[in-house]
Amino acid sequence: MLQTAADWRPAASLDALKLRADLLARIRNYFSTQGVLEVDTPVLSSAGATDPAIRSFTTTYHGPAPVPGRGSDAKLYLHTSPEFPMKRLLAAGSGSIYQVCKVFRDGESGSSHNPEFTLLEWYRNGFDHFDLMDDVEKLLREVLDGILPVEPVDHWTYRELFLEVTGLDPFMAPVTDMQAVLRKHGLRDPVGLSADDRDAWLDMLMTHVIEPRLGHGLVFVRDYPASQAALARLHSGQPAVAARFEVYLEGIELANGYHELTDATEQQQRFAKDNARRIEQGAEPVSMDLHLLAAMQSGLPDCAGVALGIDRLLMAAGRAETIDAMIAFPLTNA
Amino acid sequence: MASYNTNEFRGGLKIMIDGDPCSIIENEFVKPGKGQAFNRVKIRNLKTGRVIERTFKSGESVEAADVMDIDLQFLYNDGEFWHFMDPDTYEQYAADATAVGDAAKWLKEQDTCEVTLWNGAPLAVTPPNFVVLTVTDTDPGVRGDTSGGGGKPATLETGAVVRVPLFIEIGEALRIDTRTGEYVARAKD
Repeated sequence: MLQTAADWRPAASLDALKLRADLLARIRNYFSTQGVLEVDTPVLSSAGATDPAIRSFTTTYHGPAPVPGRGSDAKLYLHTSPEFPMKRLLAAGSGSIYQVCKVFRDGESGSSHNPEFTLLEWYRNGFDHFDLMDDVEKLLREVLDGILPVEPVDHWTYRELFLEVTGLDPFMAPVTDMQAVLRKHGLRDPVGLSADDRDAWLDMLMTHVIEPRLGHGLVFVRDYPASQAALARLHSGQPAVAARFEVYLEGIELANGYHELTDATEQQQRFAKDNARRIEQGAEPVSMDLHLLAAMQSGLPDCAGVALGIDRLLMAAGRAETIDAMIAFPLTNA
Repeated sequence: MASYNTNEFRGGLKIMIDGDPCSIIENEFVKPGKGQAFNRVKIRNLKTGRVIERTFKSGESVEAADVMDIDLQFLYNDGEFWHFMDPDTYEQYAADATAVGDAAKWLKEQDTCEVTLWNGAPLAVTPPNFVVLTVTDTDPGVRGDTSGGGGKPATLETGAVVRVPLFIEIGEALRIDTRTGEYVARAKD
């Protein structure tokens, strides 16, 4: 007899599935009226994300060599975001574009993480990160109309937010001061964090002390330390800050955007730095995307881009405690 | 020495924290979209019973605690130690007052208890959910009153005092829920 003990039912309710379909339809409608083009880029790529905090799934292609010189047993990365090929489209003159796709991140599973999740990523030509934050707010208001009030709306710089909640200047404070803040909030030093990894200590404060206090509504945090720039351009100043922003909705981290770096040389240096860091941490370096670098060299238009987690948006809209409640088949029963 | 990576964290996993054996109650994966991943865990210290919170950098390894739960038969209390026996191997274990804790007042000879062993020695004792104990002292019963309303204290053979209905008399065997410390019913033979 067939073994039927397996839990075959979806983790999400039918209401949650309908909400997903509704929000996706509204998102497509928003971009359609804004004249932003929907695009589709590959999940499998010969290059991956170099970010040391992100682990890509990899797989192997078997078959006729796709291009001369590339073997038939080529290693391929499952994309962790569609950023690189979308930028190639921008460089090729696509104009503003958006994409809704599944992305994959190894090792990420928890109440607000599933290793396979749905991302909405879009780029606006001629926008800076301030214009794009307004665009995010407009999109959320339209998409959540009648579902969730997008109120209040708060804007913080990373520095102001740290000063407000912890009294620390994140650009200056030594790690020992950060440890004192943790103790004040009843938290012990995280096990295994090295004292010279300032950004990780800032992440600890952000996730354990600040985020739980962001409260209701929509919160934008911008001007991250240069060391956390990722693919954002830097603004020189004292101190230099990255033109990067994060979006929180109902206390849930929802989106991450940049006024995009367009300088190919600096991009290559950041890839190399990421890989050096990977090697230092005992992780494998990741092939840097030469297609992206060539596209940037040819000319990436001035643009701003943002990636927004659809499953997280559904969590906020559906007032769910876990991401699994909004996904038909999360990893637990995929 | 056995150890666990944070990726293996789950409820019930036994690990060493600050030299004490602990059991994970809850494991939460926390990670900013760009940045360091953490495992934020709620842990019960198995020696003190206290619940603490601790955060680990994801990917770290933690020493495993050599802790296991086994069913043992309670033999007797010699005034200092409570002696238990494994009914299969006849191996005996002596638990001190710290390990026995509140379970002491429910332990009746020959009852089977769940004993938590750490490095082979009793660390904690969990009495059976229900025990049958005889009343050794209580005010005289009120005949005919089976309503159970009000109630009165009764001392049981192990020394435990529970609230019982007015009709209960000395010498009666009662079924007690050890998790709540409440009278359930008269025990039927």
